[in-house]
Amino acid sequence: MGKIVLKSVHKSFGDVAVIPSIDLSIEDGEFVVFVGPSGCGKSTLLRLIAGLEDTTSGTIEIDGKDATDLPPAKRGLAMVFQSYALYPHMSVKKNILFPLKMAGMDPAEAEKRVAGAASVLNLTDYLDRKPGQLSGGQRQRVAIGRAIVREPSAFLFDEPLSNLDASLRVNMRQEISELHQSLKTTMIYVTHDQVEAMTMADKIVVLQAGRIEQVGSPMELYRNPANTFVAGFIGSPRMNLITGPEAQKQKAATIGIRPEHLVISEKGTWQGVVGLSEHLGSDTFLKVAVPGMEPITVRADGELTLRHGDPIGLSPMDGKLHRFGNDGKTLA
Amino acid sequence: MARKSENSHKLVVTCLAWTIGFLIFFPILWTVLMSFKSEADAIKSPFAMLSSAWTLDSYAEVQSRSNYPRFFMNSVVLSIGSTVLALIIAIPAAWAMAFVPGRRTKDLLMWMLSTKMMPAVGVLVPMYLIFRDFGLLDTRTGLVIVLTLVNLPIVVWMLYTYFKEIPGEILEAARMDGANLRSEIIYVLTPMAVPGIASTMLLNVILAWNEAFWTLQLTTSKAAPLTQFIASYSSPEGLFYAKLSAASTMAIAPILILGWFSQKQLVRGLTFGAVK
Repeated sequence: MGKIVLKSVHKSFGDVAVIPSIDLSIEDGEFVVFVGPSGCGKSTLLRLIAGLEDTTSGTIEIDGKDATDLPPAKRGLAMVFQSYALYPHMSVKKNILFPLKMAGMDPAEAEKRVAGAASVLNLTDYLDRKPGQLSGGQRQRVAIGRAIVREPSAFLFDEPLSNLDASLRVNMRQEISELHQSLKTTMIYVTHDQVEAMTMADKIVVLQAGRIEQVGSPMELYRNPANTFVAGFIGSPRMNLITGPEAQKQKAATIGIRPEHLVISEKGTWQGVVGLSEHLGSDTFLKVAVPGMEPITVRADGELTLRHGDPIGLSPMDGKLHRFGNDGKTLA
Repeated sequence: MARKSENSHKLVVTCLAWTIGFLIFFPILWTVLMSFKSEADAIKSPFAMLSSAWTLDSYAEVQSRSNYPRFFMNSVVLSIGSTVLALIIAIPAAWAMAFVPGRRTKDLLMWMLSTKMMPAVGVLVPMYLIFRDFGLLDTRTGLVIVLTLVNLPIVVWMLYTYFKEIPGEILEAARMDGANLRSEIIYVLTPMAVPGIASTMLLNVILAWNEAFWTLQLTTSKAAPLTQFIASYSSPEGLFYAKLSAASTMAIAPILILGWFSQKQLVRGLTFGAVK
């Protein structure tokens, strides 16, 4: 079990309200990603759930019980930290064993669990090493091992991949997703990387300045962003947001169109000039200057041969144009 | 040319360092040398003294006149006892100040240090009266308490600076792993801070061993440590230089040997964080 419910959770540091008020329900077995720019309060929210910070007001329920005033040790949650936070003086084995020792588990049973976790995480050969003798990826695995041995009701991840290099990050991302599929335990994952959010989450919570901007599945957020912030944050490259006369034509303050929802044609709605073209092989990204509009990013075929200075016509695909009002919210 | 001037520069600096080192060490050397002379030779001019005969008479005399092992044992009990007690109090205190600082933590630390600036003699009378009324005069218990209190600010300060170097996330990880405060301090914080705790311990043992105000004022015989042993040979009249030197040598030898073997640890501990 691992259902977590936040009710009017508020957190202030001194006079600064980091989280004004949040209501959120996380279902058992869900993979939830908190995403937002740095300083949006996502890590604070995670630490409130973990019990590492006290809420200023509001309640946190774990599996139907009020856990607001419980110390972290009593909440039955496990956490993986950004810095891994391994115990440097203990071997890998002792690191993974530590939570079981604290729980007072029978040593024989604990050993068995550690061996199990180590084999799942390919750490069997490293059990006698100290964390200092491991690579970044291995340390991360030890941190995950330490979290899974005690079979917590939920896992909390605080930007666990940000200290890894790019290729390792993709691998670990997939490993964590696979782990979730096999364990089926609730996971809450904090990241500022929208790619991690899109690829891993069952449910994404987009945060800005301590407020929830939108909650939904990755594709819901992609298809129907609630406002310009979510629209700009989810999706890569980011959605083109256009203001001015073009938006007014659509009876909106801002219109949005994703780079992949633009069609290149000679008779396109918008006529412009190619500024920059980036060839990735599979795709080509064009920066197009259209008079009277913000620069537009276009995702085009990888074999496209347009160069700097070439004229280009662009049309939005039918039904893919997003309209936003003066307050930034999506218009019906 | 450049290489040459660099070398001569090095030579000058090296000579200077050795000279300063020797000057600092000289009083100890002189004490040790004097302890192997007869009283009559000890007061001769330095050159005459060095060329005179060597003798163990002073040591024999000191041995027969006072009970060295008892003073020694008192010193051991006082320095180790007060160090252990100080650590038991200071580790949780430093933990609190380093990892859950409040608004007044910095002031508190400064205040603690400021108590070290007060001349001890300023509170001699009240302390003496308290000791008398509680029956603590000339007891090891009483002195252990006093030495603990005297050195506690330094111990807390040193541990605080070491603990500051330990990432808080590791302690949070321990909390998430189900550790209560006690387990967190015993299994995670203390082992990680071992180098710092060890050097704090060493320094405190040395400070307590050499403490010569309270140990002289509050003891007479039963609880008297080696400082009393030395003092008993210091006299305004008479020729007791050699015996005083022999007593001093015997008193400082144990701590000198301890310091010699632990100097690496001490230096490492004292510069901890500075050369991270």
